[in-house]
Amino acid sequence: MTTAFSCRELEKRYGTTVALGGVDLSVEPGELVGLLGPNGAGKSTLVKIACGLVRASAGSAQVAGAPAGSADARSAIGYLAELFRFPGWLRADELLGLHQRLSGSTGGPAEREELLSLVGLGGDAGTRVEAMSKGMQQRLGIAQALVGAPQLLMLDEPTSALDPVGRRVVRDLLLALKGRGVSVLLNSHLLSEVERVCDRVAILVDGRIVARGSPDELSRPRGVEVEVDGGVRSFPDAERDEVPEIVARLVTGGERVYGVRVLSSTLEDTYLEVVAGADGQPS
Amino acid sequence: MRGAGTVALYALQESTRRRVFVVVLILTASFLALYAVGTEAAFDVAEDTPSGPALDDKVLTGSTLLGLAMFTTLFLGCVLAVFLTLGAVRGDAERGLLQPLVVRPVGRSALLFGRFLAAAVVCAAYVAAVYGSALVITAVAGGWWPDHPVTPGLGLMAGVVVLAALSLLGSVFLSATANGITLFMVFGAGLAAGLLGQIGDALSVKSLETVAEVSSWVLPFEALYQAGLDDLTSGVSGATGVVVQLGPFGGAQQGGPLLWVWTAVYLAFVGLAARAAFARRDL
Repeated sequence: MTTAFSCRELEKRYGTTVALGGVDLSVEPGELVGLLGPNGAGKSTLVKIACGLVRASAGSAQVAGAPAGSADARSAIGYLAELFRFPGWLRADELLGLHQRLSGSTGGPAEREELLSLVGLGGDAGTRVEAMSKGMQQRLGIAQALVGAPQLLMLDEPTSALDPVGRRVVRDLLLALKGRGVSVLLNSHLLSEVERVCDRVAILVDGRIVARGSPDELSRPRGVEVEVDGGVRSFPDAERDEVPEIVARLVTGGERVYGVRVLSSTLEDTYLEVVAGADGQPS
Repeated sequence: MRGAGTVALYALQESTRRRVFVVVLILTASFLALYAVGTEAAFDVAEDTPSGPALDDKVLTGSTLLGLAMFTTLFLGCVLAVFLTLGAVRGDAERGLLQPLVVRPVGRSALLFGRFLAAAVVCAAYVAAVYGSALVITAVAGGWWPDHPVTPGLGLMAGVVVLAALSLLGSVFLSATANGITLFMVFGAGLAAGLLGQIGDALSVKSLETVAEVSSWVLPFEALYQAGLDDLTSGVSGATGVVVQLGPFGGAQQGGPLLWVWTAVYLAFVGLAARAAFARRDL
């Protein structure tokens, strides 16, 4: 199958400001890739180039085998911007209808109904956008992005206005879409969310990818803690495989062991280290 | 083309839902009612106090009043054209309304053309209705009918279409407020140049006539308006004709086929410039 999204040495400059400084990235069919990075790292710029909203200064980007920004590429994507807004006078069902007509979707009322149900707005087809909360609008935005069954979904901070229940809905939705073979490029500041749903993660700092891999690969062992009579003994360089040996040594030494914890860094720890390292700050 | 139609309908739906048309209808009805009262009174006064055998009071009063109605119609049409389009590109992009639409396969050209189509149809229909109403009111109140009743109306329709096109072009570069201010200043400058041309024509001042002529090429809505005024009384001769020409609604320039050809070329040029600029614009 064709790669859902790929870019090579992608650059974007605004005058002397470098927003993207040569990014290579790909999203395979059915893959969920998370894009992390501090504000101004170039995440939104990368997504906008993929959607054809922004022109690259150099390099290439392709969506479903077509040059990013072309009509074929735009036919293959669904997009939810970080700072989006829908006309307040439109009803939810009308908004989806408009996007159906613009995308050439033949799904009709059944597709609209399904999408609204999918994002938990099944009973709000007739509700005007202006009467919706920010969270409802964000879920409507996700439904809008799914109009026409896109191969690649580009979501820029899709859960920023959602409460924990809403986030859960979106998380389950992303996993369901992945199950259907939809590829997703997810921009998010919510690292725990990215860690839970993404197959791969790329961390962008100052327009360059400074770390990439699966969430597991990006998480590192941070030692072992053993609870003994005198309190907690730490073994910062130890890994999971060494636990039996550590426990045996302690027991042999007369200690009574009450519990063992294998510590590993979270994606957040790695992210903070990488970002601080890239900025030249101590982590 | 279907995409442009969808966008045009969306723009019309927006104006309807936002009650733009209701407000316009109420205010226009108020203007026409005032015009009817004023016209009736003016013809009565002209009949009661004749200016002498050299002047045809009915022609003088009718052409002046209808000229005033044309000026007001063009101004109201300009307001409508500008407010329907002033934020179509940059304004909507800054509010986050444009991006979800641009990402769809219909493309930027169709979006732009759809917005133009909606504004052009609405504004042209509006000025046709207001001008037609003023024409009938003038005929009923004073029994006067212009020499060429159709071409001035067509000129006004083309004039507001030109203004809508200019406003769309401006919306690619300027924020909504800046674009609105620019368009009204351009409109004012055009009218001022036309008046200078009339003065120059009456006093045979070549430099003023040149100013008016250049303005007509640069801003054809002004030339269309002036040609329309001229058509109102093109068959009037003698002292009445001279007095009409010296008045503010005399019409300094004649139209002709070249003006219509130039207007079509001008619209095509503005459209292509807007399309090229929008295609290169990062959103």
